[in-house]
Order: sequence, then structure tokens, then C-alpha cells
Amino acid sequence: MSALPATPTAALDGVLQRHGHYPTELLQILIEAQDLEGWLPAPTLTHIAQSLHIPRSRVEGVAGFYSFLYTQPVGRYRVLFSDNITDRMLGNAELMDALCRKLWIEPGKLSEDGLVSIATTSCTGLCDQGPGMLVNGRAIGQLTHRRINEIAEMIRQQRPLELWPAEYFQIGDNIRRKDSLLNLDMKPGAALAAVIELGREGWLQEVQKSNLRGRGGAGFATAVKWASARNASGEPKIIVCNADEGEPGTFKDRVLLNSYADLIFEGMTLAAWAVGASEGFLYLRGEYRYLLPQLEAVLARRREAGLLGRNILHEPCFDFDIRIHLGAGAYVCGEETALIESLEGKRGTPRIRPPFPVTKGYLGRPTVVNNVETLAKTCLIALGGGEAFAASGTAQSAGTKLLSISGDCAAPGIYEYPFGVPIARILEDCGASDTQAVQVGGAAGVCLAGYEFQRRIAYEDVPTAGAFMIFDGSRDLFDVARAFVHFFAHESCGFCTPCRVGTSLLQGFMDKLADGHGAKADLADIDWLDRLLKNASHCGLGSAAPNPVIDTLQKFRPAYERRLVSLDFEPAFDLDAALAEARQLTARDDPGAHLHTHEEEEK
Amino acid sequence: MTKQFLLDGQPVPFEDGQTILEAARKAGHYIPSLCWHQDFPPHGSCKLCIVKAAGRHVSACATPAKEGWEVESNTPEMNGERRGLLQMLFVEGNHFCPSCEKSGNCELQALGYEYEMLTPRFRHFFPERPVDASHPDMLLDFNRCIFCELCVRASRDVDGKSVFALTGRGIHKHLTVNAESGRLADTNFSKDDLAARICPVGVILPKGRGFAVPIGERTFDTETIRSKTLKEEES
Repeated sequence: MSALPATPTAALDGVLQRHGHYPTELLQILIEAQDLEGWLPAPTLTHIAQSLHIPRSRVEGVAGFYSFLYTQPVGRYRVLFSDNITDRMLGNAELMDALCRKLWIEPGKLSEDGLVSIATTSCTGLCDQGPGMLVNGRAIGQLTHRRINEIAEMIRQQRPLELWPAEYFQIGDNIRRKDSLLNLDMKPGAALAAVIELGREGWLQEVQKSNLRGRGGAGFATAVKWASARNASGEPKIIVCNADEGEPGTFKDRVLLNSYADLIFEGMTLAAWAVGASEGFLYLRGEYRYLLPQLEAVLARRREAGLLGRNILHEPCFDFDIRIHLGAGAYVCGEETALIESLEGKRGTPRIRPPFPVTKGYLGRPTVVNNVETLAKTCLIALGGGEAFAASGTAQSAGTKLLSISGDCAAPGIYEYPFGVPIARILEDCGASDTQAVQVGGAAGVCLAGYEFQRRIAYEDVPTAGAFMIFDGSRDLFDVARAFVHFFAHESCGFCTPCRVGTSLLQGFMDKLADGHGAKADLADIDWLDRLLKNASHCGLGSAAPNPVIDTLQKFRPAYERRLVSLDFEPAFDLDAALAEARQLTARDDPGAHLHTHEEEEK
Repeated sequence: MTKQFLLDGQPVPFEDGQTILEAARKAGHYIPSLCWHQDFPPHGSCKLCIVKAAGRHVSACATPAKEGWEVESNTPEMNGERRGLLQMLFVEGNHFCPSCEKSGNCELQALGYEYEMLTPRFRHFFPERPVDASHPDMLLDFNRCIFCELCVRASRDVDGKSVFALTGRGIHKHLTVNAESGRLADTNFSKDDLAARICPVGVILPKGRGFAVPIGERTFDTETIRSKTLKEEES
């Protein structure tokens, strides 16, 4: 075994100590261990494995799973450009290219002096103020060429991030329309006091009356989930708040976490009261790590106020506390069983269901996983009662929904509407014109064409976790679908064959069309892959992955057909493109170094 | 009265807790699999055992049978999907059957024949996966890995060594060994481990032995994987 330099070992042991040497803390330990040197050298993994008494292969397996963990050196300045379609529409590619040129590096590679590395990352949840980036985990929005110039200069001068202009890191809430939730001005503890008054059973009945359904997209009845966990055997029971908001185009949880954290933590405690849970986790996506200090401060304040900890609000036998668990760049961890695996310090691979988390979740215990918005909404029910909550929205979709609106509109941001609001009304409110299509529910959602704009946001019509991306007449819907296909291929966990290979194959077909080698036979293969992914995938990621292609092929077929060069078959292999590496190695790009021009000359 | 479900129209009896795959094979009906193994809990990753139960696609290995279910398995639709999954497994790795020591004993190859896979259909990925010949007794040829995790599970749960694990994600997922050097020789792996014998394809192979049985006389050269599996089930 190779020895570590003295200082990192001491610091590393401090990290291990802080996490009690628990293997369940492995992901947290790796995140913090990486902070020490910027990446995870092989001896660090070995040391962690030895200290936790777990196989090194398991540590390596986890370190290799998450996008934000690096087992190869990265720059002291690690720049990640957000690469959602909305970032692309705002010109992120040109900005990244400009930064790379100014700093003399290639995307995805480390500069020779180890100073900087630049790459792209999945949607960072800054679509209302894009193009966005993360620099060493800190979010910067509203990138312009001017900002890029300044950033290049500061990196060159090696100026510490703390000394960068503060306005860079200001992430606004951009709340444009408030309804019951965003208007709620609750004194911390008020909802809790109300439900303690009701008793556990009475509180659960109120939630049932409210018809509250999960805001993460699937729409499962919250009261049923809570009751199942309450009735399941096994202690202690667990409440998890799913703040792994990875769906491209969604950023409402970012705003709730930033400005309504008390509602979220109070909602978790309300759930704990109903379920009889004593441990809580907030699973915070790595992209939102910059929110961690303020969230910890809210938790500390709530403990101080007797709203967390033992005997909450002096109620005997009401013990509950919350820990924040960081993700590290893995969309699949938004799937609840993958999230639980990740909480246990493992690779975020979705489990076989059943058993469902409400009976066997975190460490085999009954576990409730709720979306951030769902939990915040329970405060409304606690304060106003279940019937009042059920009175707004539609019969099957009670209450309001937060929408994260981005893309081609005058006023992107957060809009809270009662369920049942028509798409056309939303488009009008946010100042969208010449709208060609709207992607509702993110990459996994549905692409709506103009003739569908009278449809409504509701579980029974157009369900959504909150993303609402607008594309006007100037956009090519093939590019949109292709961006989402790339996203799914990048985020597939790789567990099951159809998703692991199928998303990459689909990406290959979309790239083939984009490169001008498409044939009609490819559309048939795309169709076939779409069906197999939908049918055979292990979890929702794989079965949702073909959605953007299925929708756009059906509704915007000309965007595909105009890319076809042949009605029959066309090989994907491009002999001239295959020579690119040879051209790069010989530093040639003259006509003679290209196959087709060479052939033409001979003629 | 025993419970039963219908598999392709034929009644299959089952006991509570039995999966569709277990009950079907016991009753003499073949459902294919690669990642499933009778001595381990279901894994459900290869998806070769996919069936349509009550109209929904499910993994037969991981789905408990239910009274009265109508299950479709040996149909053109399901077999077409299986062929597609096999084609996917072939193009994502580097499978050169004619030069593979496991040829004729390989379950992936045998299933390719069973489901009449005549072409790879898709573009080959040609991944770069260097072999590990560091161990004195065993060779690792990662080119053929299909991520069934049988070696991972056998080494962890039976051998108690955790020699193997998966790392990376998505299409970049790959097998790794329990050593900082990344070399099998630096682990406590032994040719007598269960993990040394469990690979359904040709990743983990003993050294010093080649073509002891000539091609043409190997397991699946003389018998289909379907009949071999069902025979094993009977014994």
C-alpha cells in the first residue's frame, strides 16, 4: 500500500471521525475527502476503505458512480457549464468555447499546470437565469461574454473564489406568481402546534381529507404513503425529503430551499408526527450544495427553538431530528429507491420493487420519501385544514403547483397556480409569444404542440413535477429531443441492459441524423428502441428516456425527416470523420487531409 | 388446491413466494436468463427473462407469481425483445466468439443461437477494456463482461472476499477488482473461489488450459441452452 502524505491523512482522519466511521456515510465521506485535494487519489480510497472496514472495491464503486466525484485529477478551478437545453438556447456552447480559448485548454481536459478544468454538467437548476455554471460547486448564473472574460482573468490570477465579485453568486428566486403556498407567512412551529393538538390519528385524517398528492410527478396520495409507513413494522421510521431536483428545467425546490426552508423542515416534522418517525434526511442534490450552510443554520435554529430534537414542543415521545445528506451529481438518485441506496452510502442503483420503501426503505426500515414541495404543502393543511386545501385545484388534483418556467418567454421564474390552469394561460402570463412547443415535466415529461395548449396542468391531464420549458418558432424540436436523449444516456445508472445500452444507442441514432447520415431505416430503429426502453427498463429513468423522441417524432416529424438523406439505408460510418484524429496528430486541416476533397482532386 | 397462473395459455402451478421464472422452469417451461442464479436472490438486470404479466412487462426472475395471471413469454413479441437485448449485450462489449476460449460453453452465445440472433443489428461500441493477466492462475478479459454481477455477488456473499465490484456509471460502467493497483494479482482471489467458476461468459478464465475440449464438442454445441436448463431443473 502506498503511503499518503502526512497532512491529508490527518485531515482525512478528521473527516472519517466526524462521520463516526459509519459505512453508511461513505458518500458524505468521499465528498468531504475530495474537498481536501480537489479529487480522490487511489491511496485516499484505500485509506477510507481500511478505516471503515469495508472492501476497497466498494469504495471505488461508489466513487466511480457520481459525476461530482473525481478519481482522476481535475483543476484547482473546476468549471462546469450547465448543459440543459435552456442553457444551450442561451448560448452556453459559445461561452464555454470562449473560456476554453482564453485559458488555452480543451473541454474535459486538465490544464498542464493543473490550474483549471472545464466541462459540461447536467442541468444545474438555473434555467431562469442561465446560462449557468458551477465553479468548485458554487453556482453562477446569467453568464455573458463579459462575465466569461472576467472569470478567465480571475482564474489566471488564481484569485480565491471568496474574492470573486459577490454578485456572481447571487441566485435570485424570481418568484413571479404567488398563491397559497408562496403567500404563506408561517411562524416556525405554528403548524406543528396545530397537529399536536389534533393528535397523530387526527392529523393523518386531515391529510387524507386534503387529497394531497406527491408533487414529484408520480402523484401518489400522501396520506396513503404515510399511513402505510405508520402501519409497517420496524423502528426507527424514517422521513426523507427528496431535494434531488435533477429533472432538467426544474428549479422550484431551489427556491423553496432558499427562501422557505422552514416550511420544508416543518413539513418533514409533520410527517414524522403522523408516521411515528424519529429520523429525517434531506437529500440535497450536489448542484445545490451552496445552499447547505444556510439550511444547516435553519436546522440549528429549529433545534434551539425546540422544533427538532427530543420532546418537540414539550410533547413527550415526539423525538425527531433531520440530517442533510449531499448528493454528488446523479439524476437517477431522484428515483426513491436509488435515493435510499445513496443515503446508505452506496451506488445509486434503483432497487427491485416490491418491497416498497414504506415497508423496507433506508436500512430496511419503513421510510417515507416525499418531494420538497409536497412536504411544504403539508403546512398549509396543518394550518387551514384538509377540506380547505382540497377546495382549490381540481377534483383529482387538489391545491396548487409550483411551475419552473424557462425558455422563450419574457419573464422566466417561479409561478404558483391552482391545479387546472390551462397551458395557454401560463404562456400568456409569462410573456411567451410565437410558442411552438412546451416541454412540461422536464426531459422525462411530455412535449406539447400548439394544438394542445388548452390542456391543463393536473394529474388527470398534464402531470408535472414542475418543469415548463418554452420553445418558440425559431427552435428546432429535433435539437431539443436530442439534448434530452444525451441527458438520459449520461444519467443512466447502467444497471439494466435496455437502459444502459438503449440510451446510448438512441443517442447514436440521434447523432447520426444530426450529422446528416440519417435514413428512413433509422426512424424504424428509433421506434423499436423507444418501445423496448419503455417496456423493459428497470426503473422510471429508462422508461421515460424515449419520451422526448416519441413525442417529437409524432408531433414534429418534419424536424426528423428533413435530416434524412436516404429513404432506405445509410451507414453511420463517415470515413473522412474517422481521419479526424490523424489530422489532429499531424496538425493538418488542409484540403489534402480530407478524403472527399482528395478524391475530387484525383478526378 | 394449488395456485396456478397461465404461461402462454398453459397452467403453471406455484407456491406462495415463488417467482414466475422459478415456477415456470419447475413446470418444464423455459424462460431465459443471464444474471439469475438459483443460489442468489434475483438481480433483475439482464432483462432476458422479461415476460408480459397481466399486460405489463416484468422481470420473471424478480416477480412473484400471482394466482390467475396470464403471462406471455414464448411469443414473437417477447422473443423479439430478447433478441434485441442480446444484440445490445453483443455490441456494447467486444465479443469475438471464434477466438474465445468460452465459445460453446458461453451462455450469451448460446442464447444468441436460441433466439436466432443472426446479426448484431446495431453499431458496435468497441469499448477499450484491457485484459488483466496479472494473476498466476486466472485471466480477466473484461471485453466480454455483461454486468450480471454474479462474480461480484459470489465473491462478496459466498467467498467473503469482495474481490469484484462495479464502478463507473451508465455505458461506462465496468468491473473492477479489490486492489489499489487495480490488478487481480494484488487481491486475495483464488482459483478455488466460487467467483472463479460462476461467470456465464468468458471474463474469468483459468490460465494454462486452452481448447481442452475442441469446439464442436462443447456444452452448447451438443445441446441447446433451453434443454440443458430444463434438464438441470429436473435433476
